[in-house]
Order: sequence, then structure tokens, then C-alpha cells
Amino acid sequence: MKRELVKYLLLVAAAVSMPYFFSDGYMMNVLVFVGINTMLAVALNLLLGFAGQISLGHAGFFGLGAYISGVLTATHQVNPWLAMLIAAIAVSFLAFLIGFPILKLKGHYLAMATLGLGIIIYIVFNEAVDITGGPSGLSGIPNLALGSLVFDNDVKNYCLVWTFTIVTILLAVNLAHSRIGRALRAIHDSEVAARVMGVNVRLLKVQIFALSAFISAVAGSLYAHVMTFAAPASFGFHFSVELVTMVIIGGLGSIYGSLFGATLLTLLPELLRTFQDYDIIIYGLILILVTMFMPGGLVQGIPSLLGALLPKKKEGRG
Amino acid sequence: MKRIALFSVTLLLLTGVIPAFAAQPIKIGALFAITGPASFLGEPERNTAQMVVDEINKKGGIKGRKVEFIAYDTQGDATKAKQLVNKLIKNDKVSAIVGPSTTGETMAILDDVEKAGIPLISCAAGSKITDPVKKFVFKTAQNDSLAVAKIYEYLKKKNMTRVAILTVSDGFGSSGREQLKAQVANYGIQIVVDDTYAPKDTDMTSQLTKIRGSQAQAVICWGTNPGPAVIAKNAKQLGLKLPLFMSHGVSSKKFIELAGDAAEGIILPSGKVLVADLLSKNDKQKQSLISFVKDYQSHFKAEGDHFGGHAWDAVMLLKHAIGRRGEAPAAIAAELEKTRNFAGIGGTFTFSPQDHAGLTKDAFVLVEIKNKDWVLVK
Amino acid sequence: MNLSDQLIQFLLSGFATGSIYALIGLGFSIIYNATGIINFAQGEFVMLGGMVTVFFLTSLHIPLPAAILGAVAITTFVGLLFERLAIRPIRKATPINLVIITIGGSILIRGLAMLIWGKDTHAIPGFSGEEPIMIGNASLLPQHLWIFGMTTLAIIASKVFFNYTISGKAMRACAFNPRAASLIGIDVKRMVLFSFVISSAMGSVAGFIIAPLTMTSYDVGIMLGLKGFCAAIIGGMSSGLGTVLGGIILGVLESLGAGLISSGYKDAVAFIILLLILFIRPQGIFKRAESERV
Repeated sequence: MKRELVKYLLLVAAAVSMPYFFSDGYMMNVLVFVGINTMLAVALNLLLGFAGQISLGHAGFFGLGAYISGVLTATHQVNPWLAMLIAAIAVSFLAFLIGFPILKLKGHYLAMATLGLGIIIYIVFNEAVDITGGPSGLSGIPNLALGSLVFDNDVKNYCLVWTFTIVTILLAVNLAHSRIGRALRAIHDSEVAARVMGVNVRLLKVQIFALSAFISAVAGSLYAHVMTFAAPASFGFHFSVELVTMVIIGGLGSIYGSLFGATLLTLLPELLRTFQDYDIIIYGLILILVTMFMPGGLVQGIPSLLGALLPKKKEGRG
Repeated sequence: MKRIALFSVTLLLLTGVIPAFAAQPIKIGALFAITGPASFLGEPERNTAQMVVDEINKKGGIKGRKVEFIAYDTQGDATKAKQLVNKLIKNDKVSAIVGPSTTGETMAILDDVEKAGIPLISCAAGSKITDPVKKFVFKTAQNDSLAVAKIYEYLKKKNMTRVAILTVSDGFGSSGREQLKAQVANYGIQIVVDDTYAPKDTDMTSQLTKIRGSQAQAVICWGTNPGPAVIAKNAKQLGLKLPLFMSHGVSSKKFIELAGDAAEGIILPSGKVLVADLLSKNDKQKQSLISFVKDYQSHFKAEGDHFGGHAWDAVMLLKHAIGRRGEAPAAIAAELEKTRNFAGIGGTFTFSPQDHAGLTKDAFVLVEIKNKDWVLVK
Repeated sequence: MNLSDQLIQFLLSGFATGSIYALIGLGFSIIYNATGIINFAQGEFVMLGGMVTVFFLTSLHIPLPAAILGAVAITTFVGLLFERLAIRPIRKATPINLVIITIGGSILIRGLAMLIWGKDTHAIPGFSGEEPIMIGNASLLPQHLWIFGMTTLAIIASKVFFNYTISGKAMRACAFNPRAASLIGIDVKRMVLFSFVISSAMGSVAGFIIAPLTMTSYDVGIMLGLKGFCAAIIGGMSSGLGTVLGGIILGVLESLGAGLISSGYKDAVAFIILLLILFIRPQGIFKRAESERV
């Protein structure tokens, strides 16, 4: 537990120090999105890494969070914080209801069903023009505010988003070390065995699905208020796949791995931008190579890579 | 002593000369959907803008100062557009921005440019970009409303009152659909079938079958390649006899190539660039159009289309504005607003404090496809 | 035109589109059955089939049959290369890692295609003209018959291959239990390679045969791949009739959804029905329930 505390404090220290390193605006802006993507990756990791249930539709929950929050505030002038709460509760309730039939499915049927769910949600964003503004998007979403402090620039948004991100990570780490976390891993290894040991597998899976959707919706709501805009294209199948990639590149079942995965996949396009048209090829190549040579994700891969480079200091990692 | 004197004279000269020689270039940023689903817009726009900037620099820049052109790829994604506009404003510190390519992306970044006070000339068609007018936001792509008006005018002349509309469910299509529905009353037209299709759909016979069974006298399809080409082929397959109208989204030779024989007889509104050589000598735009088509052909071995034209107009408008009062963003915006009768590719622009789109429906001509080429519809 | 005429056209169109999905879906299930991998690069093989044909036709002015052969050869080579370079070196990886690698591969292939051929959409002329064939008041294009024929051929070929040839039987053995298969002397690695070769060839066939109808560009693989993936899953990942039925069900649902309910929501309608079917039969539509291995 002590090591967890050290890791956690390191993370907080790193997060707090970022604005001092990158006082220029743009990097802060990118880091805001790193924070949002980290929340999403952690949420998905709870489902995919711990409970072993794939979802190819998480962009849908993210989008629902953004749109519910956006429509409530932009069209109906609801307080943004209240809207965020409503969005999160509504989305997790939806996930809870749909979780019972969907999580009965296994393997690629589950993949297919979650993918279908994501696509249905995406189509609704596109087609319900009167409510969502359709493909051209929903604009005029207000920023979040605390009293007279309005979160309207990158540094302020960074502080806002990363507060949520750090809380999410803390929550997920605690969950992973709790009784629930152990039960989840039991499901991952063998559902039947877990059931025999007295775990209410079905309910637990649905609950974790709902929790994952809850976090995704909060991330979506943050996204909407940071961007002050939402368009369906940001919540498509492509983004669902990208989220799964973040989790796997980071390392299945590792919360900090998700942080690294989200950071890498968010920063990579920025770093590759100088390569212009070649960026997509390099991106694909990196994806392949990282998965090939670090099959356990960055969290296992980088230390073992360092271990190979510095053979003397091989001990000290567990 | 002599050496010191010489040295100090040189130094004096140098320090006096440095500012003149090492004048910072004027930075113009650009956001285009160079890859992704809207790359058919973004790629010619980027190419054209780069071409025009190179041309300006070759001729000595604007008032002797070079132009530095910084273009980013938004992939047609509003999130990326939002991030990149911040990069252009905060990191690159540009004086003005050209683009983005699509309405959705433009709507996403309006707040940012308004807040930063950086003039933006969008290359997207959505009317709501400049309606209501925002101080720093201009656009060069012709409003959808003008294209719709052009078609409806023609229908009215031909006494056709019942139409079926088939629009693509992306930003371009939904904006067109909005306009198609909004303007029916002005022309006494009734929409009897209102259907959509998804951008990557490969078969639209279901929608067209429904239209065939309706009372429609004409079909208006609003989309960009390849959807409309599939629709043209499907219509031919079904033996649909109704006249087929398309939007300016397919006004390029590519559409004729894709639809093949099925393109014959289709009528669409288009920027004048398609029919540059058919225009009368008195047309004010003719000179700009011919030179653009020629330049693009020689640079990229491809036909310059009106999408590239939007970027051409945007860069040229900026060039004139900066040439008049320098590169301070506020001055550029103020000067842009004073643009009168600028004969560009998309039309003849006249901006005013009430109008940042600057075009009238004369910007469009109706063309018909005959023998795999364009003819002007009178 | 009355409703029953319209219905016939909807069904016919759905059947035609569904056959396309089926043809693409078969590629998914062949690799899945031999390796347990869901190959997300399958859509890119379809894209290559179309784009290479276009390239040979328009840039090198080779006649159509030769262009098609060339396209199949090149696509198959890409499939082979992909297996050797990215899949084989890490055979011990978990299935989900392999899926990510195929996603990376699809991005890479798509990116290369974009660099080589640009972003334009291209069309291929119909193999037997574009004169519609009337069936009552409904119509089809000659190209649809090519697609039906090719799909039928693919089912028969895979049936024969998997049931009556040594290689086919060996491949099924690998799918069932790779360890046992290798113990009785089957070269599992070779079978995996073989499955990639077959499915990339099949993908390219789908690619060139649908290009006259759907057009082709560097990015058609995403959507077609997704639809093919759905077809394969509805069909229970079978390498024969199941997947074909899966594709046709999907196509008909879409077409009926567009014609009768709402064209905007047609994909949603199709997916909602699929979800409902999956909820009622969680083990898939065409598969008998299996007991899970613990």
C-alpha cells in the first residue's frame, strides 16, 4: 500500500508542476485532453483490464456525457455542474439497464454488441438534429465556473480536468485493491470459478460497467464544457478503438498504465505533426511495434527494456 | 583609430540595416482537413493556399515582407481543429487564419478566434458561420442558401412544385437540408420526400425506390463524392425518370468520372471556376479564374476546383488587407471588412459590417452535364 | 408504384448489399477460425483489391482481367508479408494484443495507400455493362450477378476446401486445438500463414468486384470492414453459409430500415434488431450453445 501512496504522490507532484514547465498555452491545451483521455482509459480499463469485458462502444458513453451536459446547459440553461451530475447519473443508469443483457454475451459477441451500441448512439447524435444540432455540432456550451472563477483558459481548464483525473485514478487504484477488485480479477480469470466462490458475477459485471460509464460521462461532460462545443465525429467507432488501444498499450489491468497509454496516444499525433502526411504511417508502425515488443504494455515494457539496457540494476522491480 | 572608426561605422550601418533585412515574416496560419473524410476539400485548399503564398513570396512578399505559411491538418475533426487553432494563436502567433474546411470545425473554433481577436477566413459553406456576424470571422465559400436559391429559382421557372430531397448525414448535407427546407415557402415548393444517407453508404436504391413511389417531380441530392455518384448510378438502375439536381459539392470533373453515363443530364449550381472558359469577356471574375486554373494545373497536374478556390480567395483577401494597413490582427479584420468588389474565384466579394460572407447568388451558375462536360443552363 | 413492388426492390437491394458484406465477412471468419484473431486489417485487403485494380487500369492501361489478377497477387502478397512480419514473430501474444496489431496494420496499409495513390475516389466500369436487369418492377445491375456468383463460388470453394482437402482439414484442426494439431504433425505456423493468404486473396476479390458499384478510395476499408465484421459475427464466425446469411440479414435489415422506417436511422435499426437477437440468443444466431471451458 505504501508503494501506491508513493506513486500517487509522484503523480500529484507531476500534475501540479506541469503548468510551471509549460507556461506557453498550447502544451497546456494538449495536456487538458491528455487528462480527459486518461479518465476514459482508466474507466475502460476497469472493465477491460479488471473484469475482462471488452467494450467497443465507450466513445458512445463519452459522447452521451458531452451531449447531455451540452444540451442541458446550452439549450436549457441548466447549471453546468448540475448538468454534469445529471449526465453522469443518466448515462450510468442507462449502462446499468443495458448491462444486464449485454454482459451476458461473451467474446466477440460482446465486442459486436458494444460496437453496435456505440454506433446507435453515434447515429442518434447525427440524426436528432433538433436536439443535438446534427453533424455540424452543438455550440454555445458554457464553461464551468466556481463562483467568479470561470474555467475559460487552458491553465484553468488544466487544473479543473486534472483534479478530476487524479480523483479518478485514486478511486480506481483503491477499487483495484479492494475486495471488489479481487472479485473482478477472479471473473477475468474464470467466471465459473468466481461464481463457485460466491461472487455475484452478473451483478458485479453490470455494476462495473455502470461505474465505467459514469466516469466516461463525467469525462464527456468536462470535454463539452472545455471545448464549449460538441460534434458527433469526435465520438465515433474510431475513438472507441483508440480508447481500447490506449488501455492495451498502457497495460491491461494497470491503472497507471492507462495514464501512460492515454498520454502516449494523445501526444503522439502532436509529435508526429512535423512529418505531415507521413504521420499516419508512423502512428500505425508505432502501434504495431509497441504491441509486438511490449506485449504487457508500457508499464511492464519500459522497465524490462531498461532492465535489458542496464543489466546490473535488474533487481528492485516487482 | 581608423580601424575603430571603420568598425563603428560598420556597426552603425549593420544595426541600422538589420531591422530592414531581418524583418520578421508575416505569419499566416491555416487549418485544413488535409486527411480524413473531408480531404477532398482540405487537400486542394492546402495546395492552393501554399501555391498562392509561394507566388506572393516569389514576387517579393507583401510590401517587401515574406509571408510564412503554417498549415495544420485537422483531419476534419472538430476536437483537433480546436486544439490546433490554439496552437496557431498561442505558439505560432499568427496574424490571421485561413480555414477550416468544414462548417462543424469552423463553428468549434469561433469562440477562440473571437476571444483572441485573430481574423479567420473560413473555407466552409455553412451560412451560420457569419450569421450572426462576428467581428473577426469571414468566409469565402459560397453560402448553401445561395446554391439552394439557384436551384429553386430554376424549378419555379419550370413549374415544378413537388421535390424529393436526399441529403448526406454530415455537416455539408445537414446544412443543405436546413436551407432546402427553410426556403420552400419563398418559391411555393413542397418537399414530399425528405430522406438522408450516410457518407460511406454504398447503395441508395431504397431511398430512390421510395422517391419513385412518391409524387415528386424532381430530386435534389445534397452531398459530396462519392455518394452522389452512387445515387446517380442507382437512379439509372431503377429507371428513375425524374430530373436530378445535385449540389455544388460535386462540381468537379471527378463527379463526371465517377458517375459515368449516369451523370448525363444532371443539373447543379456551381462556382464559375468550372466554366471559366465559357464565361463572357465582361465577366469580372474571368481573369482570376483563368489564372487560377492555369496555375493549379501547372503546379499539381490536376484540375483546380472551386474548393481550392476558397483558399485562393482567402489568401488573396488577406494579401490585400495586409497590404493596406499591415499585419496587426485588428487592422486586418477592419480592412477585410472594407473589401469591395474583389473579383475572386468563388465570386465577387463585398464585405460590410453587416455581411462577412460577401457574395450574392450571382456567385453561382447553373450547369448541366452533357457529353461528359459542363454546359451553362440559361 | 405500389408497396409490394417497392418491397421487392428493398429486398433485392438488401440482398445485393448483403452479398457484398458476406463476401468481406468470409475473410474475417477464415482467419478467425485458423488463428483466433479478429483481423481488423481485413477491410484494407478489400480496399487494396479495388485500388490496385484501378491503378493497373488507369495508370498502366492494362486490360481488366490482367489488372484483376495483378490486384489479387499484390494484395495476397501484402497479406503474406503482414503475417510474416507482424503476426508470426509474436505467436505467444494474447488475442487482444493481436487485434491491436491488426488495427495498427490497417492504419499502416491505409496510410501507405493514401501516400501512393492519393485521396481521390475512383470508379471501375461494370464488368458486363451498366444496363439494368428488370425482375418484375424491380431492378438489378449485371455487376450484382457477378457478386452473387462470386459469393456462391466462395461458399462452395470454402466448403470443399475445409471438408475435403488435407490442408483444409488441418486448418480446422488448428482452429480447434493448435497444440493437439501440432502434436499430430500439422505445421500450425504454415496454416496461419495460409489462412492470411486465403483471406487476403478473398478480400481483394471482394474489393475489385464491388468497386464498379461502390467506387473505391484509400479509406473504403473502414466501413466495409466494419460491415463485413458484423456479417461474420452474426453468422457465428462460420467460414461458409453462416457468414453469408449474416451478411444478407444485415443488408436486408438496412435496406428495409431505409425504405420503410427512416433512412437516417437505418444503420441504427439494423443494429437494434441485431442486439435484440443477440440478447435472445447470446451464443449467436447460427451456433448451437457451447459449454464454456473453465
